[in-house]
Amino acid sequence: MSRDARIGALLAVLAAALIALPLAANSYLLSVATLVLYFAYTGQAWNVMMGFAGQLSLGHALYVGLGAYAAAALFTQFGIGPWAGMWLAMALCVAAGVAIGFLAFRFGISGVYFALLTIAFAEFTRIGFDHIGWLGGPGGLFLKVEAHKTADLANLRGGQTMFYYVMLALASGAFALCAGLLKSRAGYYWRAIREDEEAARALGINTFRWKLLAVAISAAMTSLAGVFFAFYYNNLFPEQIFHISQSIEIILGPIVGGVGTLFGPILGAAMLTTLADALNNLVAAMGWDIPGVKQVFYGVILLLVVMFVPNGIWPPIAKWLGLGRGS
Amino acid sequence: MSASLIANVVIAGVLTGLVYGLMALGLSVIFGVVRVVNFAHGEMMTIAMYAAVLLFGAFKLDPLLAALPVAALFFGLGYALQAGLINPFITRPEHSQFILLVAVATILTNVLLMVFGPDARNVQTDYMLDSWAIGQVLFDKARVFSALAALATAAGLFAFFRYSRTGTAIRACADSHLGALIVGLNVKHLYALTFGLGAACVAVAGCMMTLLVEVTPSVGPGYTLLGFVIVIVGGLGSMPGALLGGVLIGVSEALAGLFIDPSAKSMFSFGLLILVLLLRPQGLLGRRP
Amino acid sequence: MERNNGMNRRKFSTALAAGGALTALAPFGIARAQGGKLKVGVLLPRSGFEALIGQSCQKGVDLAPEVIKSMLGVDIEIINADTESNVNTARTRAERLIEEGAHVLVGAFDSGQTVAIAQVAEQRGVPLVVNIAAAPQITEQGYKFVFRNFPTAGELVKNGLSLIGDLFQATSIVPRTAVYMHVNDTFGQAMTGGIKAILPRLTQLPFKIVDTIPYDPAARDLSVEVSKAKATNADFLLLVCRLNDSIVLRREMVKQRWRPMGLIDPGSPGIYEEQFSKSLGKYADYCIDNAPWFNPKAELTHVVEAAFKKHNPKEHFVFHGTNVGYTFEAILIAADAFKRAGSTNPKALADAIRATDIKERVMLGGPIKFNAKGQVEGNQSACVQILNGTPKVVLPSFAAEAKPVFPWPEYKSA
Repeated sequence: MSRDARIGALLAVLAAALIALPLAANSYLLSVATLVLYFAYTGQAWNVMMGFAGQLSLGHALYVGLGAYAAAALFTQFGIGPWAGMWLAMALCVAAGVAIGFLAFRFGISGVYFALLTIAFAEFTRIGFDHIGWLGGPGGLFLKVEAHKTADLANLRGGQTMFYYVMLALASGAFALCAGLLKSRAGYYWRAIREDEEAARALGINTFRWKLLAVAISAAMTSLAGVFFAFYYNNLFPEQIFHISQSIEIILGPIVGGVGTLFGPILGAAMLTTLADALNNLVAAMGWDIPGVKQVFYGVILLLVVMFVPNGIWPPIAKWLGLGRGS
Repeated sequence: MSASLIANVVIAGVLTGLVYGLMALGLSVIFGVVRVVNFAHGEMMTIAMYAAVLLFGAFKLDPLLAALPVAALFFGLGYALQAGLINPFITRPEHSQFILLVAVATILTNVLLMVFGPDARNVQTDYMLDSWAIGQVLFDKARVFSALAALATAAGLFAFFRYSRTGTAIRACADSHLGALIVGLNVKHLYALTFGLGAACVAVAGCMMTLLVEVTPSVGPGYTLLGFVIVIVGGLGSMPGALLGGVLIGVSEALAGLFIDPSAKSMFSFGLLILVLLLRPQGLLGRRP
Repeated sequence: MERNNGMNRRKFSTALAAGGALTALAPFGIARAQGGKLKVGVLLPRSGFEALIGQSCQKGVDLAPEVIKSMLGVDIEIINADTESNVNTARTRAERLIEEGAHVLVGAFDSGQTVAIAQVAEQRGVPLVVNIAAAPQITEQGYKFVFRNFPTAGELVKNGLSLIGDLFQATSIVPRTAVYMHVNDTFGQAMTGGIKAILPRLTQLPFKIVDTIPYDPAARDLSVEVSKAKATNADFLLLVCRLNDSIVLRREMVKQRWRPMGLIDPGSPGIYEEQFSKSLGKYADYCIDNAPWFNPKAELTHVVEAAFKKHNPKEHFVFHGTNVGYTFEAILIAADAFKRAGSTNPKALADAIRATDIKERVMLGGPIKFNAKGQVEGNQSACVQILNGTPKVVLPSFAAEAKPVFPWPEYKSA
C-alpha cells in the first residue's frame, strides 16, 4: 500500500474511533478525552508558530486568556453567544499576536529573547486583567450556567458529550488546516525560514510577512481554545488563565510529540494527558497518598522523553508504522 | 508625600534590589557563558533557602554564615548538573532546553513538597526585625547585611573572572566557543565550572532571602521570572549589569508602587522588560550579542 | 481511545498497547457499594499552590468516619482526590470519583475549581456539599445538587465588619481613622466592595478609611506598601491578607517602627494560621482576625478536637479549627442525609440534604439548614485575637475564651 493510502487508512480508523467514543466510554473517560483533544488542539495551534515558522512562544496563554475573556464578556454583558463571540476573540488575538510579532521582528528579536518577550507580554496582561474590575478582576468572571436536559449548541451549554464533540470538531479542523498549510506555498516558505532565515531572505522570500502570518494564524487558532475554555469551565481568573503554567502545558504536547510534525502535537497531548491521569490512578491504587508524588513521576518521565527522544515520539513511531520520516 | 517617605522607599528598593541582583547574577553568568536558559533557577534558590532554614534549625547557624557551606555545596551540585544532565543540551534547540529545565524544576518543587510539606519555613535571627534610624530614614538591618553580602559575592566573582586564569578561560569560551576549542581549552569542564559558580551565587542569594521572606515549595517560578527580567534589563553576561538591573528593578518597582498602584508594580517591571527587549536587547551594560 | 491503527499485525500489537492504556485509566479495585456504606468523594487541593490549606482541610476528612460512626452509627468510606490547585484536574477527578461510585462529593476550597466540580455534580446528578468556598456564584446558578455550608463573600464581609463594631464597643475605644490594605485577590476584592457598600450604613463603625492600598499576593517585598500606610498616620490597620504576605507585612511594620492602635483583619485567613504566630513570636500577639470560626465551647467541637489530637498528635487544633470544622461538617451533612434517606441513591440523598436540620455543630452559627438555593444562612464569624501565640475567641461573649485587648500595648498615643 502506498504511503498516502496508509495514512488515509489510519486517519479513517482514527476518525471513526473518535466519533464513536462516547458510545463506549463513560463520562470520566470522555472528560479525559476532551482534555486530550483540547491540548492536541492548542498544541497544534502553537506548532504553527514554532514548528512551521520556528518562533518559540512561551506566552501562548495570552491568546487563550484573551479569547476566553472576549467571548465570556460578550456573553455575560450582552448575552451574545460563543459562535458570534468567537469572531471578536479571534480578531483580538490576531491583533495582539501581530502587534507582538511586528515589534519583535521589526526590532530583530529572535530565539530566547523572543521567548522572553512573549512571557513578558503574557505576564503584563495577567496583572493587567487582575485590575480590570468590570471583567471581574481577581475575583474572577463567572458565566451563568443552567442545567440543561438537552445540549444547547448555540450557547455551548450541555453535557460532557457535547463538549467532547465540539472539541473533536476543533481538533479535526486544526489538523486539516495544518495539513493544508504544510502543503501550501506558506508551508514551503515557513520551512525555508525555519531552516535558515538568512538564506530564505536571500532567495527573495519576505520573511517578515510570512512570520507574521504564522503568528496571526497561531493566535487566531489559540483564541478558539480560550472560547471553549470559558464555556466549558464557566469561570475565568486572570491568575490562572494567563499564568505561565498554562503556556507551559500548551507546549509540552507538541515538544514531546514532535515539533513541526502534523501528528506530533496530537500524539504528545494524548500521551501526556493519559499519562498524568493514569499516574493519578496508579498512585492512588498503590496507596501512596503523598501529595506531589505524581508530579515527580510526571517530571521524571518528561525528563526521560526529552533526553532520549529529542525529536519527539512521533518520528520513531511513524517510521515503525512505515509512514516514512513522519510529517 | 514627604521626602522621608520617598527616601525610605528608595533605600529599601536599592537594598532589596541588590539581593535580587545577586540571584540574577548567577543566571547571567550561566546564560552568558553556557548559553543555557536556566528555567530551574528559582527552584535552585528555593532549595538553597531550605538548606539555610535547616542549618538554622539544627545549629542555630546564621544564614549569613550558612551561605558559605551552602554555596560550596551548590557549586558541586551545579557542576554535576551541568556536566551530567545539561551538557548534551547546549547544542539542542531552545525549546528542548526549556522543557528539560521545566522538568527538572517540576521534580525539584514536588520533591520539596513531599519532603517539607507545604508549610512556610523561615529563620528567626535576633537582628531580623531591627533597624537603624538616621533621622526619619530607616535602614533595616537584615536588608543591609544581605545587600553587603551580595556586593561582596559579586565583587569576588568579578575579581575571579577578571584576574584569574580560569576566569579568563571562561570568558574566552563565552566569546567564542570554537575559538576556545581551537586553543585547547577544556570547554566541558569550564562550562560545568561556570554553572557551579552560578549555582553558588544563587545559593548565597537564597541564604540572604531567608532573612527577608518565608520559603514554601512553590516560590521558585516567581524568582526565575524576576531573574530573567533583571538579567535582560541589566545586560546579559555583564556582572555589574546584573546588580545594576536588580537595583533598577527594585527601585522602579518601589517607586511605581509608591506613586501608582502597589498591586500593579510587577506590570511595570514587565513593561520595562518589553521596552528593553525591543529597544536595547543587550540591556544596559551588556554587549551586543 | 485507539490511537495508532496501522496495518494487520501492527493493528494487533497497537490494539494491545491501547488496551493497556485503557486499563490504566479504568477504575482501580472497584468495590461496588454494598447497601450499608456511604461513599464520599473528597476533592481538595493537596498539592500546588493551595496545598497548605488543602492539607489542613484533609485533617478534617481523616477523622470524620470514626466520629460520625460514633455519633450516627453510619458507615462512611472516603475516596480522596487531589485537585492539584488546578481546574482541569478538578473536573476530571470529579468525574473519576463518580465513576468509582462516590454517592456524594465534598470539596473543594478554591472557588474556580468548585464551580467546575459543581457543573459535573449537577450534570451527573450527584450531590456536592461545598466545605469551603466563598464565591457567591456557586449557589446562584439554580443548581439542584449543589449545597454549601460556608458563608458567601458578602456574609463574610458583613460579619467581619460588624464584629469590628462590637470590638470597639467592648473595649470602649473609638478610632477615627483606618488605613485599609488588602491583597489583590478574590477575598480582597469582595471585602473592598463590601466595605464600600456596607461601611456607610453600619453606624457603630464611625471610622473613616483614609487610604486604600492594594498589593500583589505574590509580592515578596511590602516595604513600599507599609511605608505608604504608615505615612497616613491612621489610627489602626484594616488588613485583608493571606498567610505569607501577612507575615512579611507584620515584620515590615516592626522594621519601620509603625505602631498603630492595632491590626484588624475583617475575615481573611492568614493571621490565625500557625505559621503567623510561629514566625512572628511576640509580634503576632494582639493581632485580630474576624474569621469564620468554631465554637470553642460546643460539645461537638470537643469531640472533633479529641479525634484531631489522636490523628495529629503534633498539631494544634486551634490553628486548623476552621478548615477542619467546615470540612467535617460537610461530611456530617452527607452522613446525616444518608441516615435519613436510608439509601445511597443520589437523588434521594440530594432531597435528604435539602431537608437537613443539624443543631449540634462545630462551627459558630445557627443550625445547618439549606435555603432554596442550597446555601446555609447564619454562619457566623468570631473576633479572634492572638494571645500568647494562640488564637483565642474574644467575641461574641457567649463563645469567648478571653477578653479583647485593644489598643494593643505597644501603641503610643502621639
